[in-house]
Amino acid sequence: MAKTHVTMKVNGAEVEGLVEPRTLLVHFIRENLQMTGTHIGCETTHCGACTVDIDGMSVKSCTMFAVQAQGSDIITVEGMANADGTLSALQEGFRMMHGLQCGFCTPGMIVRAHRLLKENPLPSEPEIRMGISGNICRCTGYQNIVKAIQYASAKINGVEFQEAAE
Amino acid sequence: MIPGSFSYHRPASVTDAVKLLVDLGEDARPLAGGHSLVPMMKLRLATPTHLIDLHGIAALKGISRDGNLVIGAMTTQHELLASDEVAKSMPILHEAALLIADPQVRYRGTIGGNVANGDPGNDMPALMMALGASYRLEGASGARDVLAADFYQGAYFTALEPGEILTSVSVPVPAAGHGYAYEKLKRKVGDYATAAAAVVLTMAGGKVATCTIGLTNVHETPLLAADAAKAVIGTSLDAATLKKAAAAASAIMSPAADARGPVEYRKHVGGIMVTRALQRAASVAK
Ligand SMILES: Cc1cc2nc3c(=O)[nH]c(=O)nc-3n(C[C@H](O)[C@H](O)[C@H](O)COP(=O)(O)OP(=O)(O)OC[C@H]3O[C@@H](n4cnc5c(N)ncnc54)[C@H](O)[C@@H]3O)c2cc1C
Ligand code: FES
Ligand code: FES
Repeated sequence: MAKTHVTMKVNGAEVEGLVEPRTLLVHFIRENLQMTGTHIGCETTHCGACTVDIDGMSVKSCTMFAVQAQGSDIITVEGMANADGTLSALQEGFRMMHGLQCGFCTPGMIVRAHRLLKENPLPSEPEIRMGISGNICRCTGYQNIVKAIQYASAKINGVEFQEAAE
Repeated sequence: MIPGSFSYHRPASVTDAVKLLVDLGEDARPLAGGHSLVPMMKLRLATPTHLIDLHGIAALKGISRDGNLVIGAMTTQHELLASDEVAKSMPILHEAALLIADPQVRYRGTIGGNVANGDPGNDMPALMMALGASYRLEGASGARDVLAADFYQGAYFTALEPGEILTSVSVPVPAAGHGYAYEKLKRKVGDYATAAAAVVLTMAGGKVATCTIGLTNVHETPLLAADAAKAVIGTSLDAATLKKAAAAASAIMSPAADARGPVEYRKHVGGIMVTRALQRAASVAK
Protein backbone atom coordinates (compact mmCIF):
# COMPACT_ATOMS: atom_id res chain seq x y z
CA MET A 1 0.00 0.00 0.00
CA ALA A 2 1.37 3.40 -1.00
CA LYS A 3 2.64 5.47 1.88
CA THR A 4 1.35 8.91 2.71
CA HIS A 5 3.39 11.84 3.96
CA VAL A 6 2.02 13.23 7.22
CA THR A 7 2.98 16.27 9.24
CA MET A 8 1.81 17.23 12.70
CA LYS A 9 2.97 19.04 15.78
CA VAL A 10 4.04 16.84 18.68
CA ASN A 11 4.95 18.48 21.98
CA GLY A 12 5.43 21.78 20.19
CA ALA A 13 7.76 20.50 17.47
CA GLU A 14 6.82 19.95 13.82
CA VAL A 15 7.30 16.30 12.89
CA GLU A 16 6.75 14.33 9.71
CA GLY A 17 6.83 10.79 8.45
CA LEU A 18 5.66 8.28 5.89
CA VAL A 19 2.81 6.02 6.95
CA GLU A 20 0.49 3.46 5.48
CA PRO A 21 -3.17 4.39 5.88
CA ARG A 22 -3.54 1.49 8.33
CA THR A 23 -0.71 2.71 10.58
CA LEU A 24 -2.24 3.45 13.96
CA LEU A 25 -1.30 6.76 15.55
CA VAL A 26 0.25 4.97 18.54
CA HIS A 27 2.61 3.06 16.25
CA PHE A 28 3.58 6.26 14.44
CA ILE A 29 4.40 7.92 17.76
CA ARG A 30 6.33 4.98 19.19
CA GLU A 31 8.08 3.69 16.08
CA ASN A 32 8.49 6.60 13.67
CA LEU A 33 8.96 9.28 16.31
CA GLN A 34 10.69 6.97 18.82
CA MET A 35 8.65 8.42 21.68
CA THR A 36 7.92 5.34 23.73
CA GLY A 37 6.28 7.07 26.69
CA THR A 38 2.89 6.42 25.06
CA HIS A 39 2.20 2.78 25.91
CA ILE A 40 0.25 -0.01 24.27
CA GLY A 41 -1.71 -2.03 26.82
CA CYS A 42 -4.80 -3.71 25.44
CA GLU A 43 -5.01 -2.53 21.83
CA THR A 44 -8.81 -2.85 22.16
CA THR A 45 -9.63 0.71 23.24
CA HIS A 46 -10.18 -0.24 26.87
CA CYS A 47 -7.06 0.47 28.93
CA GLY A 48 -6.17 4.07 28.06
CA ALA A 49 -2.38 3.44 28.27
CA CYS A 50 -2.08 4.90 24.76
CA THR A 51 -3.90 8.15 25.61
CA VAL A 52 -2.53 11.30 23.98
CA ASP A 53 -3.95 14.81 23.79
CA ILE A 54 -5.02 15.87 20.30
CA ASP A 55 -6.31 19.38 19.63
CA GLY A 56 -7.64 19.63 23.18
CA MET A 57 -9.11 16.13 23.42
CA SER A 58 -7.94 12.97 25.19
CA VAL A 59 -7.71 10.25 22.56
CA LYS A 60 -6.78 6.57 22.69
CA SER A 61 -4.11 6.62 20.00
CA CYS A 62 -4.52 2.89 19.29
CA THR A 63 -7.94 3.65 17.79
CA MET A 64 -7.07 6.40 15.36
CA PHE A 65 -4.99 6.27 12.19
CA ALA A 66 -1.87 8.41 11.86
CA VAL A 67 -3.23 9.82 8.56
CA GLN A 68 -6.18 11.19 10.51
CA ALA A 69 -3.83 13.24 12.70
CA GLN A 70 -2.49 15.19 9.70
CA GLY A 71 -2.07 18.82 10.75
CA SER A 72 -3.06 18.32 14.37
CA ASP A 73 -1.46 19.44 17.59
CA ILE A 74 -0.53 16.52 19.86
CA ILE A 75 0.79 16.35 23.40
CA THR A 76 2.27 13.10 24.72
CA VAL A 77 3.65 12.35 28.16
CA GLU A 78 7.06 13.53 26.91
CA GLY A 79 5.53 17.00 26.69
CA MET A 80 4.15 17.07 30.22
CA ALA A 81 7.11 18.60 32.10
CA ASN A 82 7.35 22.35 32.69
CA ALA A 83 9.21 24.42 30.08
CA ASP A 84 12.28 24.61 32.35
CA GLY A 85 12.41 20.81 32.63
CA THR A 86 11.05 20.58 36.17
CA LEU A 87 8.17 18.22 36.92
CA SER A 88 4.67 19.57 36.30
CA ALA A 89 2.19 19.65 39.16
CA LEU A 90 0.67 16.40 37.93
CA GLN A 91 3.98 14.59 37.61
CA GLU A 92 4.95 15.84 41.05
CA GLY A 93 1.59 14.65 42.39
CA PHE A 94 2.11 11.12 41.07
CA ARG A 95 5.54 11.07 42.70
CA MET A 96 4.52 12.58 46.03
CA MET A 97 1.35 10.52 46.44
CA HIS A 98 2.82 7.23 45.20
CA GLY A 99 0.40 7.28 42.29
CA LEU A 100 2.17 4.41 40.56
CA GLN A 101 3.67 1.03 41.17
CA CYS A 102 4.90 -0.48 37.89
CA GLY A 103 4.24 2.75 36.04
CA PHE A 104 2.79 1.16 32.92
CA CYS A 105 -0.51 3.04 33.04
CA THR A 106 1.08 6.27 34.28
CA PRO A 107 1.71 8.10 30.97
CA GLY A 108 -1.91 7.59 29.91
CA MET A 109 -3.15 8.60 33.37
CA ILE A 110 -1.10 11.80 33.39
CA VAL A 111 -2.07 12.83 29.86
CA ARG A 112 -5.75 12.15 30.58
CA ALA A 113 -5.60 13.98 33.93
CA HIS A 114 -3.97 16.93 32.15
CA ARG A 115 -7.08 17.41 29.96
CA LEU A 116 -9.43 16.70 32.87
CA LEU A 117 -7.85 19.51 34.91
CA LYS A 118 -7.94 21.87 31.91
CA GLU A 119 -11.69 21.30 31.61
CA ASN A 120 -12.42 21.14 35.31
CA PRO A 121 -9.58 22.64 37.41
CA LEU A 122 -11.09 21.71 40.79
CA PRO A 123 -12.80 18.34 40.28
CA SER A 124 -14.46 16.51 43.15
CA GLU A 125 -13.29 12.99 43.94
CA PRO A 126 -16.21 11.39 42.04
CA GLU A 127 -15.46 13.69 39.08
CA ILE A 128 -11.85 12.55 39.10
CA ARG A 129 -12.90 8.90 39.22
CA MET A 130 -15.33 9.40 36.31
CA GLY A 131 -12.73 11.46 34.49
CA ILE A 132 -10.16 8.66 34.50
CA SER A 133 -12.68 5.86 33.94
CA GLY A 134 -11.16 5.21 30.51
CA ASN A 135 -7.79 4.39 32.07
CA ILE A 136 -7.08 1.04 33.69
CA CYS A 137 -4.40 0.49 36.33
CA ARG A 138 -3.56 -3.10 37.25
CA CYS A 139 -1.45 -2.17 40.28
CA THR A 140 -2.52 0.61 42.61
CA GLY A 141 -6.26 0.40 43.00
CA TYR A 142 -6.72 4.06 41.95
CA GLN A 143 -6.72 5.58 45.46
CA ASN A 144 -3.26 7.08 45.12
CA ILE A 145 -3.86 8.07 41.51
CA VAL A 146 -6.90 10.06 42.66
CA LYS A 147 -4.78 11.66 45.40
CA ALA A 148 -2.09 12.53 42.87
CA ILE A 149 -4.64 14.37 40.74
CA GLN A 150 -6.07 16.10 43.81
CA TYR A 151 -2.55 17.19 44.73
CA ALA A 152 -2.00 18.65 41.26
CA SER A 153 -5.38 20.36 41.26
CA ALA A 154 -4.64 22.00 44.61
CA LYS A 155 -1.21 23.14 43.46
CA ILE A 156 -2.47 24.55 40.15
CA ASN A 157 -5.25 26.46 41.90
CA GLY A 158 -3.01 27.67 44.74
CA VAL A 159 -5.13 26.04 47.44
CA GLU A 160 -3.90 23.82 50.23
CA PHE A 161 -3.89 20.09 49.54
CA GLN A 162 -5.47 18.07 52.29
CA GLU A 163 -4.92 14.37 52.10
CA ALA A 164 -8.28 12.68 52.58
CA ALA A 165 -8.52 10.44 55.63
CA GLU A 166 -8.17 6.75 54.77
CA MET B 1 -3.37 -6.02 16.19
CA ILE B 2 -3.00 -4.10 12.96
CA PRO B 3 -5.92 -3.64 10.58
CA GLY B 4 -5.80 -4.97 7.03
CA SER B 5 -4.73 -2.65 4.23
CA PHE B 6 -7.11 -0.06 2.87
CA SER B 7 -7.05 3.19 0.92
CA TYR B 8 -7.92 6.33 2.82
CA HIS B 9 -10.21 9.02 1.44
CA ARG B 10 -11.15 12.32 3.01
CA PRO B 11 -13.92 13.99 1.01
CA ALA B 12 -14.94 17.58 1.78
CA SER B 13 -18.64 17.30 1.00
CA VAL B 14 -21.52 14.84 1.36
CA THR B 15 -21.82 14.73 -2.44
CA ASP B 16 -18.17 13.70 -2.80
CA ALA B 17 -18.51 11.12 -0.01
CA VAL B 18 -21.58 9.58 -1.66
CA LYS B 19 -19.83 9.54 -5.03
CA LEU B 20 -16.86 7.71 -3.51
CA LEU B 21 -19.15 5.19 -1.81
CA VAL B 22 -21.01 4.54 -5.05
CA ASP B 23 -17.88 4.35 -7.23
CA LEU B 24 -15.85 2.18 -4.87
CA GLY B 25 -18.71 -0.20 -4.16
CA GLU B 26 -19.25 -2.75 -1.44
CA ASP B 27 -15.79 -2.74 0.10
CA ALA B 28 -15.91 0.97 0.93
CA ARG B 29 -17.08 2.06 4.38
CA PRO B 30 -17.69 5.47 5.95
CA LEU B 31 -15.42 6.18 8.92
CA ALA B 32 -16.91 8.39 11.64
CA GLY B 33 -15.39 8.36 15.15
CA GLY B 34 -13.93 4.94 14.41
CA HIS B 35 -14.64 3.70 17.92
CA SER B 36 -16.72 0.77 16.75
CA LEU B 37 -15.17 0.29 13.31
CA VAL B 38 -11.45 0.49 14.12
CA PRO B 39 -11.58 -2.11 16.93
CA MET B 40 -13.47 -4.39 14.51
CA MET B 41 -10.80 -3.79 11.86
CA LYS B 42 -8.03 -4.60 14.33
CA LEU B 43 -9.72 -7.90 15.08
CA ARG B 44 -10.18 -8.37 11.30
CA LEU B 45 -13.92 -8.73 11.87
CA ALA B 46 -14.20 -5.87 9.38
CA THR B 47 -11.88 -5.62 6.37
CA PRO B 48 -12.97 -2.63 4.29
CA THR B 49 -10.60 -1.88 1.40
CA HIS B 50 -11.56 1.80 1.29
CA LEU B 51 -12.28 4.07 4.25
CA ILE B 52 -14.16 7.26 3.60
CA ASP B 53 -13.36 9.53 6.54
CA LEU B 54 -16.27 11.90 7.21
CA HIS B 55 -14.21 14.25 9.42
CA GLY B 56 -13.50 16.65 6.53
CA ILE B 57 -17.20 17.41 5.95
CA ALA B 58 -18.13 20.53 7.92
CA ALA B 59 -21.84 20.19 7.01
CA LEU B 60 -22.11 17.03 9.14
CA LYS B 61 -21.24 18.88 12.35
CA GLY B 62 -23.32 20.78 14.83
CA ILE B 63 -26.64 20.99 16.64
CA SER B 64 -29.46 23.27 15.50
CA ARG B 65 -33.08 23.86 16.39
CA ASP B 66 -35.77 24.16 13.71
CA GLY B 67 -38.69 23.04 15.85
CA ASN B 68 -36.99 19.66 16.09
CA LEU B 69 -33.47 19.33 17.40
CA VAL B 70 -31.34 18.51 14.35
CA ILE B 71 -28.00 16.91 15.16
CA GLY B 72 -25.33 16.51 12.48
CA ALA B 73 -24.09 12.94 12.13
CA MET B 74 -20.49 13.84 13.03
CA THR B 75 -21.45 15.52 16.31
CA THR B 76 -19.55 13.68 19.02
CA GLN B 77 -20.88 12.32 22.28
CA HIS B 78 -18.62 14.85 24.02
CA GLU B 79 -20.25 17.69 22.06
CA LEU B 80 -23.72 16.42 23.01
CA LEU B 81 -22.64 16.59 26.66
CA ALA B 82 -21.31 20.12 26.22
CA SER B 83 -24.49 21.40 24.53
CA ASP B 84 -26.73 23.70 26.59
CA GLU B 85 -29.53 23.16 24.06
CA VAL B 86 -29.42 19.39 24.65
CA ALA B 87 -29.24 19.79 28.44
CA LYS B 88 -32.23 22.16 28.37
CA SER B 89 -34.62 20.69 25.81
CA MET B 90 -33.62 17.01 25.81
CA PRO B 91 -31.96 16.14 29.12
CA ILE B 92 -32.42 12.39 28.52
CA LEU B 93 -29.96 12.67 25.63
CA HIS B 94 -27.39 14.22 27.97
CA GLU B 95 -28.05 11.53 30.58
CA ALA B 96 -27.63 8.68 28.06
CA ALA B 97 -24.52 10.15 26.39
CA LEU B 98 -22.85 10.29 29.80
CA LEU B 99 -23.42 6.54 30.19
CA ILE B 100 -21.61 5.71 26.94
CA ALA B 101 -18.12 4.30 27.37
CA ASP B 102 -15.54 6.68 28.89
CA PRO B 103 -14.29 10.24 28.24
CA GLN B 104 -11.75 9.26 25.57
CA VAL B 105 -14.35 7.29 23.59
CA ARG B 106 -16.87 10.13 23.92
CA TYR B 107 -14.44 12.67 22.44
CA ARG B 108 -14.33 10.61 19.22
CA GLY B 109 -17.59 8.62 19.02
CA THR B 110 -20.33 10.31 16.99
CA ILE B 111 -24.11 10.20 17.15
CA GLY B 112 -24.24 9.22 13.47
CA GLY B 113 -21.86 6.31 14.01
CA ASN B 114 -23.71 5.24 17.13
CA VAL B 115 -27.11 5.07 15.45
CA ALA B 116 -25.89 3.83 12.02
CA ASN B 117 -23.73 1.04 13.41
CA GLY B 118 -26.63 -1.36 14.03
CA ASP B 119 -24.97 -2.87 17.12
CA PRO B 120 -27.74 -3.86 19.56
CA GLY B 121 -25.41 -2.75 22.37
CA ASN B 122 -25.35 0.89 21.27
CA ASP B 123 -27.31 3.17 23.60
CA MET B 124 -28.58 5.88 21.25
CA PRO B 125 -30.87 3.78 18.99
CA ALA B 126 -33.45 2.79 21.64
CA LEU B 127 -33.45 6.34 22.93
CA MET B 128 -34.04 7.68 19.41
CA MET B 129 -36.95 5.27 18.99
CA ALA B 130 -38.48 6.39 22.29
CA LEU B 131 -38.12 10.05 21.28
CA GLY B 132 -39.70 9.48 17.84
CA ALA B 133 -36.54 10.60 16.00
CA SER B 134 -35.88 10.20 12.28
CA TYR B 135 -32.64 9.83 10.36
CA ARG B 136 -31.77 11.65 7.13
CA LEU B 137 -30.10 9.33 4.64
CA GLU B 138 -28.44 10.82 1.57
CA GLY B 139 -27.48 8.86 -1.52
CA ALA B 140 -26.89 9.35 -5.23
CA SER B 141 -30.60 9.77 -5.90
CA GLY B 142 -31.21 12.33 -3.14
CA ALA B 143 -32.23 12.37 0.51
CA ARG B 144 -34.88 10.44 2.41
CA ASP B 145 -35.98 10.41 6.04
CA VAL B 146 -36.46 7.14 7.89
CA LEU B 147 -37.99 6.85 11.35
CA ALA B 148 -35.61 5.36 13.91
CA ALA B 149 -38.40 2.87 14.64
CA ASP B 150 -38.20 1.60 11.03
CA PHE B 151 -34.41 1.71 10.66
CA TYR B 152 -33.23 -1.39 12.54
CA GLN B 153 -33.75 -4.70 10.77
CA GLY B 154 -31.31 -7.07 12.47
CA ALA B 155 -27.95 -7.06 14.21
CA TYR B 156 -25.71 -4.74 12.11
CA PHE B 157 -28.45 -4.70 9.47
CA THR B 158 -30.23 -1.39 8.88
CA ALA B 159 -32.28 0.51 6.29
CA LEU B 160 -29.08 2.18 4.95
CA GLU B 161 -28.78 1.26 1.26
CA PRO B 162 -25.37 0.83 -0.39
CA GLY B 163 -24.04 4.27 -1.30
CA GLU B 164 -26.04 6.09 1.40
CA ILE B 165 -24.73 8.17 4.28
CA LEU B 166 -26.65 9.10 7.38
CA THR B 167 -26.25 12.88 7.53
CA SER B 168 -28.34 14.00 10.52
CA VAL B 169 -30.70 12.93 13.25
CA SER B 170 -33.89 14.92 13.76
CA VAL B 171 -35.52 14.65 17.18
CA PRO B 172 -38.90 16.14 18.12
CA VAL B 173 -38.45 18.14 21.31
CA PRO B 174 -40.57 16.54 24.05
CA ALA B 175 -43.26 18.64 25.75
CA ALA B 176 -42.13 21.10 28.42
CA GLY B 177 -42.24 19.46 31.85
CA HIS B 178 -41.94 15.93 30.44
CA GLY B 179 -40.45 13.19 32.58
CA TYR B 180 -37.53 11.15 31.36
CA ALA B 181 -35.01 8.54 32.47
CA TYR B 182 -32.41 6.27 30.89
CA GLU B 183 -31.70 3.36 33.23
CA LYS B 184 -28.72 1.26 32.22
CA LEU B 185 -27.38 -1.79 34.03
CA LYS B 186 -23.73 -2.41 33.21
CA ARG B 187 -20.95 -4.46 34.75
CA LYS B 188 -18.60 -1.51 35.17
CA VAL B 189 -18.19 2.11 34.17
CA GLY B 190 -17.72 2.26 30.41
CA ASP B 191 -19.42 -1.02 29.60
CA TYR B 192 -22.21 -1.70 27.16
CA ALA B 193 -25.62 -2.36 28.73
CA THR B 194 -26.56 -5.71 30.20
CA ALA B 195 -30.01 -4.20 29.64
CA ALA B 196 -31.24 -0.61 29.50
CA ALA B 197 -34.55 1.23 29.21
CA ALA B 198 -35.38 4.75 28.01
CA VAL B 199 -38.66 6.29 29.20
CA VAL B 200 -40.19 9.57 28.03
CA LEU B 201 -43.57 10.46 29.54
CA THR B 202 -45.95 13.25 30.46
CA MET B 203 -48.18 13.36 33.53
CA ALA B 204 -51.56 15.04 34.01
CA GLY B 205 -53.32 15.17 37.37
CA GLY B 206 -51.00 12.57 38.89
CA LYS B 207 -51.61 10.07 36.08
CA VAL B 208 -49.48 9.11 33.09
CA ALA B 209 -50.84 10.90 30.01
CA THR B 210 -48.35 9.79 27.33
CA CYS B 211 -45.46 7.36 27.49
CA THR B 212 -42.87 5.73 25.23
CA ILE B 213 -40.35 3.09 26.25
CA GLY B 214 -37.24 2.03 24.32
CA LEU B 215 -35.07 -0.99 25.17
CA THR B 216 -31.31 -1.44 24.59
CA ASN B 217 -29.39 -4.71 24.17
CA VAL B 218 -32.18 -7.15 24.94
CA HIS B 219 -32.77 -8.21 21.33
CA GLU B 220 -30.84 -8.18 18.06
CA THR B 221 -32.32 -4.72 17.42
CA PRO B 222 -33.38 -1.93 19.78
CA LEU B 223 -37.06 -2.25 20.70
CA LEU B 224 -40.07 -0.08 21.39
CA ALA B 225 -42.02 -1.60 24.26
CA ALA B 226 -45.46 -0.46 23.04
CA ASP B 227 -47.58 -2.80 25.20
CA ALA B 228 -45.66 -1.85 28.33
CA ALA B 229 -46.17 1.83 27.54
CA LYS B 230 -49.88 1.27 26.93
CA ALA B 231 -50.18 -0.51 30.27
CA VAL B 232 -49.09 2.55 32.24
CA ILE B 233 -51.19 5.21 30.50
CA GLY B 234 -53.99 6.51 32.73
CA THR B 235 -52.42 5.01 35.85
CA SER B 236 -50.49 6.57 38.74
CA LEU B 237 -47.79 3.88 38.34
CA ASP B 238 -48.95 1.83 41.33
CA ALA B 239 -47.08 -1.37 42.14
CA ALA B 240 -49.44 -3.64 40.18
CA THR B 241 -49.13 -1.47 37.06
CA LEU B 242 -45.35 -1.38 37.27
CA LYS B 243 -45.30 -5.17 37.52
CA LYS B 244 -47.57 -5.46 34.49
CA ALA B 245 -45.40 -3.06 32.48
CA ALA B 246 -42.18 -4.89 33.35
CA ALA B 247 -43.76 -8.20 32.36
CA ALA B 248 -45.03 -6.78 29.05
CA ALA B 249 -41.56 -5.42 28.28
CA SER B 250 -39.80 -8.66 29.24
CA ALA B 251 -42.17 -10.59 26.99
CA ILE B 252 -40.74 -8.97 23.83
CA MET B 253 -37.07 -9.34 24.87
CA SER B 254 -34.88 -12.05 23.39
CA PRO B 255 -31.35 -11.19 24.43
CA ALA B 256 -28.32 -13.30 23.57
CA ALA B 257 -26.71 -15.21 26.42
CA ASP B 258 -23.19 -13.79 26.73
CA ALA B 259 -20.64 -12.61 29.28
CA ARG B 260 -23.30 -10.22 30.60
CA GLY B 261 -25.50 -13.11 31.70
CA PRO B 262 -27.90 -15.83 30.64
CA VAL B 263 -31.13 -15.05 28.80
CA GLU B 264 -33.46 -15.28 31.82
CA TYR B 265 -31.26 -12.97 33.87
CA ARG B 266 -31.05 -10.35 31.13
CA LYS B 267 -34.82 -10.40 30.63
CA HIS B 268 -35.34 -10.12 34.38
CA VAL B 269 -33.03 -7.14 34.80
CA GLY B 270 -34.46 -5.64 31.60
CA GLY B 271 -37.84 -5.57 33.34
CA ILE B 272 -36.26 -3.95 36.38
CA MET B 273 -34.69 -1.23 34.20
CA VAL B 274 -38.18 -0.51 32.81
CA THR B 275 -39.62 -0.25 36.33
CA ARG B 276 -36.86 2.05 37.54
CA ALA B 277 -36.99 4.25 34.46
CA LEU B 278 -40.78 4.63 34.74
CA GLN B 279 -40.56 5.59 38.41
CA ARG B 280 -37.74 8.05 37.93
CA ALA B 281 -39.32 9.58 34.82
CA ALA B 282 -42.58 10.14 36.72
CA SER B 283 -40.70 11.70 39.64
CA VAL B 284 -39.03 14.33 37.41
CA ALA B 285 -42.19 15.14 35.39
CA LYS B 286 -43.77 18.50 36.18
C1 LIG C 1 -14.32 0.74 25.05
C2 LIG C 1 -15.58 1.13 24.35
C3 LIG C 1 -16.77 1.15 25.05
C4 LIG C 1 -17.95 1.52 24.40
N1 LIG C 1 -19.10 1.55 25.13
C5 LIG C 1 -20.25 1.97 24.53
C6 LIG C 1 -21.47 2.05 25.25
O1 LIG C 1 -21.52 1.81 26.46
N2 LIG C 1 -22.59 2.46 24.59
C7 LIG C 1 -22.57 2.79 23.26
O2 LIG C 1 -23.60 3.16 22.72
N3 LIG C 1 -21.43 2.71 22.56
C8 LIG C 1 -20.28 2.32 23.15
N4 LIG C 1 -19.12 2.26 22.42
C9 LIG C 1 -19.18 2.57 20.97
C10 LIG C 1 -18.96 4.04 20.70
O3 LIG C 1 -20.03 4.82 21.21
C11 LIG C 1 -18.82 4.26 19.20
O4 LIG C 1 -18.19 5.49 19.06
C12 LIG C 1 -20.10 4.23 18.39
O5 LIG C 1 -20.73 2.99 18.49
C13 LIG C 1 -19.85 4.40 16.88
O6 LIG C 1 -19.63 5.70 16.58
P1 LIG C 1 -18.38 6.12 15.76
O7 LIG C 1 -18.59 7.54 15.41
O8 LIG C 1 -17.16 5.79 16.50
O9 LIG C 1 -18.53 5.25 14.42
P2 LIG C 1 -17.55 4.35 13.58
O10 LIG C 1 -16.89 3.33 14.42
O11 LIG C 1 -16.69 5.21 12.74
O12 LIG C 1 -18.62 3.63 12.62
C14 LIG C 1 -19.47 2.59 13.05
C15 LIG C 1 -20.23 2.01 11.85
O13 LIG C 1 -21.19 2.94 11.36
C16 LIG C 1 -20.90 3.32 10.02
N5 LIG C 1 -21.12 4.76 9.97
C17 LIG C 1 -20.60 5.69 10.81
N6 LIG C 1 -21.08 6.91 10.53
C18 LIG C 1 -21.91 6.76 9.48
C19 LIG C 1 -22.73 7.66 8.73
N7 LIG C 1 -22.77 8.97 9.03
N8 LIG C 1 -23.47 7.17 7.72
C20 LIG C 1 -23.43 5.85 7.41
N9 LIG C 1 -22.70 4.95 8.10
C21 LIG C 1 -21.94 5.40 9.11
C22 LIG C 1 -19.45 2.93 9.77
O14 LIG C 1 -19.22 2.64 8.41
C23 LIG C 1 -19.33 1.69 10.65
O15 LIG C 1 -19.85 0.58 10.00
C24 LIG C 1 -17.93 1.89 23.03
C25 LIG C 1 -16.73 1.86 22.32
C26 LIG C 1 -15.56 1.49 22.96
C27 LIG C 1 -14.29 1.48 22.17
S1 FES D 1 -3.76 0.32 24.09
FE1 FES D 1 -5.14 1.85 23.47
S2 FES D 1 -6.70 1.71 24.93
FE2 FES D 1 -5.39 0.07 25.51
S1 FES E 1 0.95 1.41 38.12
FE1 FES E 1 1.03 -0.55 37.22
S2 FES E 1 -0.65 -0.48 35.86
FE2 FES E 1 -0.89 1.31 36.96
